[in-house]
Amino acid sequence: MVQQLGLLPMGWLMLALLAMLASGGFFVGRVQAERFSGAGAARTHSRPNYHGYYVAMWTFVPALIVALGYGLLGDGIVRSMLASELPANFTDMPRVELDVYLNSVARAAYHHGYTGADRVFSAIMNRFLELQGLVKVATIGLALVCAAGGFLLARRRVAPEFRARNRVEGGIEIFLFLCAAIAIATTIGIVASLLYESLRFFAEVPFWDFLFGTRWNAQTSAEFGALPLFFGTFMIALIAMLIAAPVGLFAAIYLSEYAGPKVRGWVKPILEILAGIPTVVYGFFALLVVAPAIRSVAIWINTTLISAGLASEPLLAAQPTSALAAGLVMGIMVIPFVSSLSDDVINAVPQTLRDAAYAMGATKSETVKHVVLPAALPGIIASLLLAVSRAIGETMIVVMAAGQRARISADPTADLTTITVQIVALLTGETEFDSPKTLSAFALGLVLFVITLFFNLIALRVVQKYREKYD
Amino acid sequence: METTMTESREMSAAGIKMDETQGLTFPRIDCRNIDVFYGDKQAIFDISLPVPDRSVTALIGPSGCGKSTFLRCLNRMNDTIESCKVTGEIIMDGENINDPGMDPVLLRSRVGMVFQKPNPFPKSIYDNIAYGPRIHGLAASREDLDAMVEKSLRRAGLWDEVKDRLTSPANSLSGGQQQRLCIARAIAVRPEVILMDEPCSALDPVATARIEELIDELRKRYCIVIVTHSMQQAARVSQRTAFFHLGELVEMGETDQIFTNPRERRTEDYITGRFG
Amino acid sequence: MTDVAPDPFRNEKALRRLKKRRAADARFRLYGLSAIAFALLALSVLVASIGFQAISAATYHKLRFDIVLDPAVIAPKGNDTPAEISRNVDGFYTLIRSNLEATFPEADEDRMASRQLGELVTRLAVLPTAKWVAENPTQIGQTATIKVPLNDDLDLYLKGAVSKEFRLRLGDISAVAETAPRQVLLTGAGAFKALESLIAVQRQEVGDAVDARSTLVSSGTAMGRVTSLSTDTLEMTLLTGSASDFRTGRPMARMIALPESQRNVSDLQIAWTLALKDMGRISRVPHTSLLTHTDSTYPELAGALAAIVGSLLTMMVTAFIAIPIGIFASVYLEEFAPRNRLTEIIEVNINNLAAVPSIVFGLLGAAVFLGFFGLPRSAPLVGGLVLALLTLPTIIIASRAALKSVPPSIRAAALGVGASKMQSVFHHVLPVAGPGIFTGAILGMARALGETAPLLLIGMVAFVADVPTGPTDESTALPVLVYSWSTNAERAWEPMTAAVIVILLLFLVTMNGIVVLLRRRFERRW
Repeated sequence: MVQQLGLLPMGWLMLALLAMLASGGFFVGRVQAERFSGAGAARTHSRPNYHGYYVAMWTFVPALIVALGYGLLGDGIVRSMLASELPANFTDMPRVELDVYLNSVARAAYHHGYTGADRVFSAIMNRFLELQGLVKVATIGLALVCAAGGFLLARRRVAPEFRARNRVEGGIEIFLFLCAAIAIATTIGIVASLLYESLRFFAEVPFWDFLFGTRWNAQTSAEFGALPLFFGTFMIALIAMLIAAPVGLFAAIYLSEYAGPKVRGWVKPILEILAGIPTVVYGFFALLVVAPAIRSVAIWINTTLISAGLASEPLLAAQPTSALAAGLVMGIMVIPFVSSLSDDVINAVPQTLRDAAYAMGATKSETVKHVVLPAALPGIIASLLLAVSRAIGETMIVVMAAGQRARISADPTADLTTITVQIVALLTGETEFDSPKTLSAFALGLVLFVITLFFNLIALRVVQKYREKYD
Repeated sequence: METTMTESREMSAAGIKMDETQGLTFPRIDCRNIDVFYGDKQAIFDISLPVPDRSVTALIGPSGCGKSTFLRCLNRMNDTIESCKVTGEIIMDGENINDPGMDPVLLRSRVGMVFQKPNPFPKSIYDNIAYGPRIHGLAASREDLDAMVEKSLRRAGLWDEVKDRLTSPANSLSGGQQQRLCIARAIAVRPEVILMDEPCSALDPVATARIEELIDELRKRYCIVIVTHSMQQAARVSQRTAFFHLGELVEMGETDQIFTNPRERRTEDYITGRFG
Repeated sequence: MTDVAPDPFRNEKALRRLKKRRAADARFRLYGLSAIAFALLALSVLVASIGFQAISAATYHKLRFDIVLDPAVIAPKGNDTPAEISRNVDGFYTLIRSNLEATFPEADEDRMASRQLGELVTRLAVLPTAKWVAENPTQIGQTATIKVPLNDDLDLYLKGAVSKEFRLRLGDISAVAETAPRQVLLTGAGAFKALESLIAVQRQEVGDAVDARSTLVSSGTAMGRVTSLSTDTLEMTLLTGSASDFRTGRPMARMIALPESQRNVSDLQIAWTLALKDMGRISRVPHTSLLTHTDSTYPELAGALAAIVGSLLTMMVTAFIAIPIGIFASVYLEEFAPRNRLTEIIEVNINNLAAVPSIVFGLLGAAVFLGFFGLPRSAPLVGGLVLALLTLPTIIIASRAALKSVPPSIRAAALGVGASKMQSVFHHVLPVAGPGIFTGAILGMARALGETAPLLLIGMVAFVADVPTGPTDESTALPVLVYSWSTNAERAWEPMTAAVIVILLLFLVTMNGIVVLLRRRFERRW
């Protein structure tokens, strides 16, 4: 019986319940208000509908809070209750393995049932359903009680002179504020989780060893010197910017100063396509086309140098994945970030300045170089900073095309690894959640967050200042 | 200089004045049958206008009458607007400056321009003035350039005010000073003609008075064409005035004559403030 | 007349200088043009290389079998319930296997050949047939025509993607002799001159490496590998078929550039495949299983269905959370927020969040949703939550721009007739800003659909064999599938991955198309 309750479709049930509570509350409030407004005895402040909304609000919100709480915590509660009842050989399991096991339990319970012979599994599944049933029934009960409390409280206040509309609108405003505050909550969540896990990591690995150590080998042995990762990250970002900065900037200049409206109308959207392509597609492109091409060019250079007698052994590493391949493709990806923001700031330079230069007999390129670019410089720098931040934080291209080997090498055809590659490598696959190995991913994430935050804040400030100047 | 009777009659009809001391002043710029189109819209209709040297010609008329557009034809500034097309001949020194073969860069170094709003470059005062000589390679040496900057600033009557702070940013000057800086900047390229597009419309009366004094001073050396909204200003600074209305040249002549004894009804209505 | 200064612009030096300045101008313009050309070229190479691969995966080869569904094999006594039949891969595979062995008896001769014959069709390829028979038990004992996908490497070979191949017709054969078992000698005056010169030309190009290459000669369904060659005679080892097949017609010779040791398909397998093709049993059909199958370890059986459904579920969760919250937040910030420190902080925060690397959101998801709240790994619910937080800033920024573009006169008009602030916003401002907000929401969703890194960190990279049915089921997503397929070693995954990319891009193009349409339809100026 309790097991059957475990299969209750809570999502739909709660939705129906909340809808019922809201409409019920609205109806009661409205009828009550109509009674005194219809009589015309007293001048009422708010129309009956608002009294209805008011009661509905007080009935709905407490139940909603309970429902949201269940949505976020319900499954976790059941799982931890179940985990605490499991025999010892389960509790010794690493967290991730236990998760996977419980996933299969949940899957079996909800979908096809379990007809196999594993009696332990069968028993755990039944207990899982029982616990689910208990939690679900408790949730529904709690929601009803809370709703009833709110309902009674609100109903007592419905009166002719009661300012129901103001209260309802105040409630809505609070709700709107909460929505806006989620952005802050997200940032706090990011900072808190990164800091918390990083501090646990630094309790085991000294901070300076992490920051300045030159040996990174988190997967096999416990070596956590992240310097090679920083090097790889900046090397690849540098290659990317060497492509994206000139191309993006010149494209922006051409589009805003030289191109006719027709060319602009075609080329601008096409450049924006580059920004809309998912990065995993760029990664595939790097892996499929660019990396092999770079490798064969590198091999050709090696053999030519050797046959010309200029080198006795291969000069370039010519790896199948390389920093150059990842950097090149990342550069292509970043072009639209540079060009579109630069285009904006170049267009914001007042036409009168250009006119002044033209009227002195300056050519177009002289006008651009001497007048437009200096005036747009802060905005252009901001766009480059944002592009750098984008390149540093980019993940999929480097995961697919940069490689896994942590080393410091100036050879662009060698494979390098980056911060983001290591985060992915450390956190995918079924790893233990509490080991320094996994925690190091969060420390890397913290470094990444701080670096990109630094670039972003400067860039955003510059853009802000620039807008104020020409608005 | 010898002219036939017919020629001289034509010229006096066009309002060219015989000057006793210098003899006949040829038009510095002679515009013939100018039409200007923005896309499909025609903004200027068949305007012919001779501009005499060493004097100020004022273009007046209500807003949108095409006087600024016409002014911008004289140094091909309309080239910077994509949809704009200019037809007709503008003869200067025997060359048609509206000819496609004419290099606008070369032209603009001979025909300077000052704009409605002061638009100094975001650089120092010195660099603003030195910009033109630098790009055209006019100065042979640093001293030469310094001299040019000083001469231009002196001619624009700004030298005494800024000589101690040539390296401070041009934007730190007041509006009137900025506009005089722009005039000095235009002079520095040693132009023959200076075009001014409502140069005082963004300035207060005191600054306006100084600019007008300056224009009066400059007319001894240059051919000046000024677009202005203010009829008083036209009367004060110009020797000749042309009245534009709806893209057409209604009337032109000696400034005194236009303001005291206009030939056309529309001119009179505008001058007496009945429209515009 | 007048004191005309020497014109500084009309001398030799000035004109030379002007020429230089003009050249510099032209050069500058050229830089701009080449920058744009580079970007466009990069885009077209990207699209072309992926499109080319994807087209190759749009069709694949299926092998036809006309076989008797022998009940003794597929539904033996005691194992004949529909559920057991549908799982009886062994039984069905045996039928296919024996059919192939009957067609190519030479495979019996050694174990290597026998194993290679088995590789023509992957065992699991019979699964759909088994399911079909389980649902239609009346078919048991009947002769049925079934089509199964050909092994991925052979499929690639038939598409010409395995190796370069030189083909030519030989001259007329006057005599065929079997000198030893499976050794055949072809004779014909000058019949092999062309082949000889091809080999000579190749030897000039690649040197003695040409000797490692296989040269195969075929006629009808028979094929042999050349062992020695002169202008008038050719000796070969018969791979399949019989010597008599070479008596009629002019045989075809093909030289495969990649030596047998370096490719995944053997000469023998090529011989069989071409023979089957000659019999008309292999056909190239649209690769529909890409859309109807779930993931598999065999490229020819794999499909993207589970990932498509997973992506849709994830997007649903994201849309349900991010769009309403994004709109409400932007309404608050744009219409209600007092100008104080707190709102200023929120604003800086949102702008900054929009530029935080997506992988950091993945870390947040792993630490908070998985670690703290204990939500299940690999679930679209968690993926959707993380992507919602990721897209929220984008949606808020776009919605605020839309709200900003609503003229203040509309607000004033509503307030003027006695509406409260709330009413003026919800009744008048929001409807006007609606299309702009919707546009921003779709663009945010499009960005979320292409995100990969955060999903990797919350475990949505698992191998998922079942189509997920709800937001808490184990699941994967389209871009993650692109990633996991691209890391597989087999060559056949490349076109498959490209095909999934095309599916993903089609979704994105559709979403962006809606945005373009909306903008055209609702563009208005105040």
